[in-house]
Amino acid sequence: MTQLHAPTQPGLAPAGWRGALCRVVAERPRRVDWVLVGAVGLLSILGTLLVWAAGGDTVPGRGTDPQEGDAAALALVQRHATHVAVGAVLCFALAAVDYRMQRAYAPVIYAATLLGLALVLTPLGAEINGSRGWLVVGGVQAQPSELAKVGVILFVAMLLGEPRDGETAPSNRDVLVSLVAVSVPLALVVTQPDLGTALVLAVTFLGMLALSGAPLLWLVGMGLSCVTAALAVWWFDLLQPYQLERVATLIDPTADPAGSGYNANQALIAVGSGGVNGTGLFHGGQTSGHFVPEQHTDFVFTVVAEELGFVGGATVLLLLGVVVWRVLRIGADCEQPFARLVCVGVAVWLLFQSAVNIGMCLGVMPVTGLPLPFLSYGGTATLAQLAAVGLVLGVHARDRGFE
Amino acid sequence: MVISGVYPGRGRGGILAVQIVAVALLLALTGRLWYLQVPMHEHYRERAAENRIQELVVPAVRGSVLDAAGRPLVQNRSELVVSGDYHELAAREDGGDEVLRRLAELLDEPYAQLRKRTRLCGPDVQRPCWPGSPHQPITLAEDVSPQRALQILERQEDFPGISAQQQAVRDYPLAESAAQILGYLQPVTEEELAERDELRTAFTGVDQVGRDGLEAQYDRELRGEPGLRRLAVDTHGNVTQTLSDDAPVPGSHLVTSLDSEVQRVAEEALRDGIQRAQDAGDPADSGAAVVMDVRDGSVLALASVPSYDPSVWDGGIDQDTYEELLGEEAGQPLTSRAVHGEYPPASTFKVSSLAAAVAGGASLDGTYGCPSSYQVGDRAFENYESSSYGSISLHQSIVVSCNTVFYRFAHEQWRADGGTDPTGDPDDHMVRTAEDFGFGEPTGIDLPSEAGGRIPGREWKQEYWEATREESCTAAEEGYPDVDDPVHERYLRAVAAEHCSDGYVWRAGDAANFSIGQGDVLVTPLQLARAYAAIANGGTLYEPRLGRALVSADGSEVQEIEPREAGQLPVDDTTLGYLQRALADVPEAGTAAGAFADFPLEQFPVAGKTGTATQTGYEPSAWFASYAPADEPRLAVVAYVAEGGTGGSVAAPVVRDIYTQLYGQDGTDGVLPGGEPLVELPEVQPDGSVEAPERTRP
Repeated sequence: MTQLHAPTQPGLAPAGWRGALCRVVAERPRRVDWVLVGAVGLLSILGTLLVWAAGGDTVPGRGTDPQEGDAAALALVQRHATHVAVGAVLCFALAAVDYRMQRAYAPVIYAATLLGLALVLTPLGAEINGSRGWLVVGGVQAQPSELAKVGVILFVAMLLGEPRDGETAPSNRDVLVSLVAVSVPLALVVTQPDLGTALVLAVTFLGMLALSGAPLLWLVGMGLSCVTAALAVWWFDLLQPYQLERVATLIDPTADPAGSGYNANQALIAVGSGGVNGTGLFHGGQTSGHFVPEQHTDFVFTVVAEELGFVGGATVLLLLGVVVWRVLRIGADCEQPFARLVCVGVAVWLLFQSAVNIGMCLGVMPVTGLPLPFLSYGGTATLAQLAAVGLVLGVHARDRGFE
Repeated sequence: MVISGVYPGRGRGGILAVQIVAVALLLALTGRLWYLQVPMHEHYRERAAENRIQELVVPAVRGSVLDAAGRPLVQNRSELVVSGDYHELAAREDGGDEVLRRLAELLDEPYAQLRKRTRLCGPDVQRPCWPGSPHQPITLAEDVSPQRALQILERQEDFPGISAQQQAVRDYPLAESAAQILGYLQPVTEEELAERDELRTAFTGVDQVGRDGLEAQYDRELRGEPGLRRLAVDTHGNVTQTLSDDAPVPGSHLVTSLDSEVQRVAEEALRDGIQRAQDAGDPADSGAAVVMDVRDGSVLALASVPSYDPSVWDGGIDQDTYEELLGEEAGQPLTSRAVHGEYPPASTFKVSSLAAAVAGGASLDGTYGCPSSYQVGDRAFENYESSSYGSISLHQSIVVSCNTVFYRFAHEQWRADGGTDPTGDPDDHMVRTAEDFGFGEPTGIDLPSEAGGRIPGREWKQEYWEATREESCTAAEEGYPDVDDPVHERYLRAVAAEHCSDGYVWRAGDAANFSIGQGDVLVTPLQLARAYAAIANGGTLYEPRLGRALVSADGSEVQEIEPREAGQLPVDDTTLGYLQRALADVPEAGTAAGAFADFPLEQFPVAGKTGTATQTGYEPSAWFASYAPADEPRLAVVAYVAEGGTGGSVAAPVVRDIYTQLYGQDGTDGVLPGGEPLVELPEVQPDGSVEAPERTRP
């Protein structure tokens, strides 16, 4: 699969969208990382099955009719499959786009996500599960904070990945600008409030900064300010009571099983009762009894752990590891700083979010509302993650041959 | 624009670091996953099972209590109950507010009341609230009219989560009749639950337990065995599957020897007698009547006045009604005077004293002086109204109820035993004989907390003195400042002083009072009826029985409750025959002749004895103890009217009225044709209906 087409002229910026479109249509990706595609594909298929098994939260007033529950689960999995299908198309479309187009449109995408994040604070936004993170337009729901992850990665990669002439690393000014660039969406996300997404944005940014070649001092300073911020939060009681409870719950999930520890406790029971081989898909007692709240979204890992056991859970961890590994390898192979930083950003995002989510299901992380990449139900999140994979594939297709 | 080696080392090294972090993180999570799923698997599997299984106790249908003819004394009535599904109401957006408001309008009840009833009872939630499981339908309104129930069922779109169904509640068709004997149900207490070794769960707050009478005595048999349904539930309480379903075993029916017609007759006669006494100016605030089969001790009627309607206990009694029932004004309607009332038996006790006199050597052929008074020490013991009959036989002493004859027997026996200072083992014929007549101990009837009466003897005096000495000594020293009359005060002080110093002594006066059933002697009407039944049947004391058989709900199994002998009267056949003849003359020519003047004694000869208990400061209380027919006894009947007057004028007419109603008048059948109690048991059919037994006609 190498060099099927003659390389285009290297280093040429796209001459307007019309030209870019022509190139996208004319050029098929020369190289596809089939391992990455396969891992993401397997995770998405598995996710679809798990969402089906989870069946969603019981609809209020559903009563005891199991048929209604089955119908609800079927409707849910159909919606999820649609999201995955659209996401797959988006993924391959982006894979076909020259990453220089990514860089060119990064400010536009970034601006669009800022607009989305600002709009949720207007009457167009809707509050779900205590967080005002949703846009509802014409019956379609969207979560701008998920798209913001992509937008921030692209924009920060652009800012840190374009050293000025003669420089080999981002200057202090670049770092400052990128810091401002990440702070604005971060602040908007905290306002919702969505602490989980804010953490993802912060960690992703730090990861990109660390690997951008920025001055060491910045990294040390950033690390110190993180510690200071944590201390300040603790010292000045900045956390909401429910957030404190979630941390306390982590230390002893059984302390208050009916209250804040309920989710964590039921999740542990679901995971633990799975055993080595699991109870079989659609046969998990905890899952079919809907004991774990949000089991089709944030707690979807408990479904795989219960119904497919350690074998299934470890497979998911392995596949996620493969995805992160391949994305990082594509980044490592990439000489272009922007492209590499995109890969680093996507890898850190997926890794951090997966680890926090699974850690939460296994009772080693506090409960935060973060979906598990490729597995959890959620339209915007699925689209954002698959789009990110598309960006990485796009980088992979073209990173060689410009040399 | 070829930027080669822009970030030498750092880029690749950095990415390697991230890769290492990624692998380490995911390996750590895999380790954690392994720990939870392999070594801890069993632990979490058990926890999961606890989570998902809800055990629901299904109460058994309680058995009925039937009378001898198969008529229901206590049964289950079904009423329409409106109930709500806790989970379905809670799952509605407004918590079911709208539905409950609509329901409140339909049922014409305040909305707040309905809302309160949907709450689950807890330490901080007081009634009205739901004491049961949220998996059971929550009762919102009881005894709803069929029209309203139908509206709820037909307009389910307006009343989601609300349903109407039949529910069994305890029904007392006799109302006030035999109320204390039948008992009532109340929610089970924690202690009672702890005592049961059978099925129970945390949600048995709705269990009812028999609290008095037959409901309490036969509670276990009537209750049956609850079923257990194990349900798989999800987190919203929705039932996803029934794992197992052990059906409850319905409680047995209790067939009793009570005859609701005889009971009614006894109560009517007693109430009439009390009314007559009240009309004559006596307090006559309470009374009792007993009708017993002399041949096996089975009880046909236990009447007690005042009574109450046990339906007040239905659905939980409210505080006001409860206090009213216990209040002084109500006259303790919860207490059966027949079983729990202890009264001095007065002259009805002379049957025992006559037997004691014979045991002490008195001849049945002799004659004995019956003066108007008999001197015991420094005190004269008088006949009732100081009448004097000269020299009479023992037969006559019973017929005219002469006290002085018995005073003398008692006094002489007391002297023979050694007086106040007996040497060796005193005979105490009077006390021993009374005990052998079944007095002073509970009879063993199948009712809870029966009273035993009191047969005071030397031991009792000693014990009583030890228990009350201090009180008497204090009273002797300090006097009675509350008593205004100085003469009475001096008398009371002297009594207290005497009791203080030597109250333990069994005095001649005690013996004399004992012989005529006065002083400290107390019996229950039931004990007296049993003693007279024994005289009638030839000397056998039975344990009185109300229960005759326990019949399974479908009638397939019948477990008869056999009569039990409790002992024999300490009387030989000659004496017994003599006593029977004497008793038969009382209505003919003795103290009850007035009451039985118009009664067809030739057809239905009645044997009996009057009693008039006197106590300083109170009106006399009336007794009549009897059995009939005198020549071939079937029934023993006893009546007692507290502070109603003399036995002959007040109690004997009550007994006469009972016999009249039982045997019938002027050739018409009474409620007990031929005076024969039913022999055969009523039959419970497989469909639960009851077939009355054939009446064996003489």
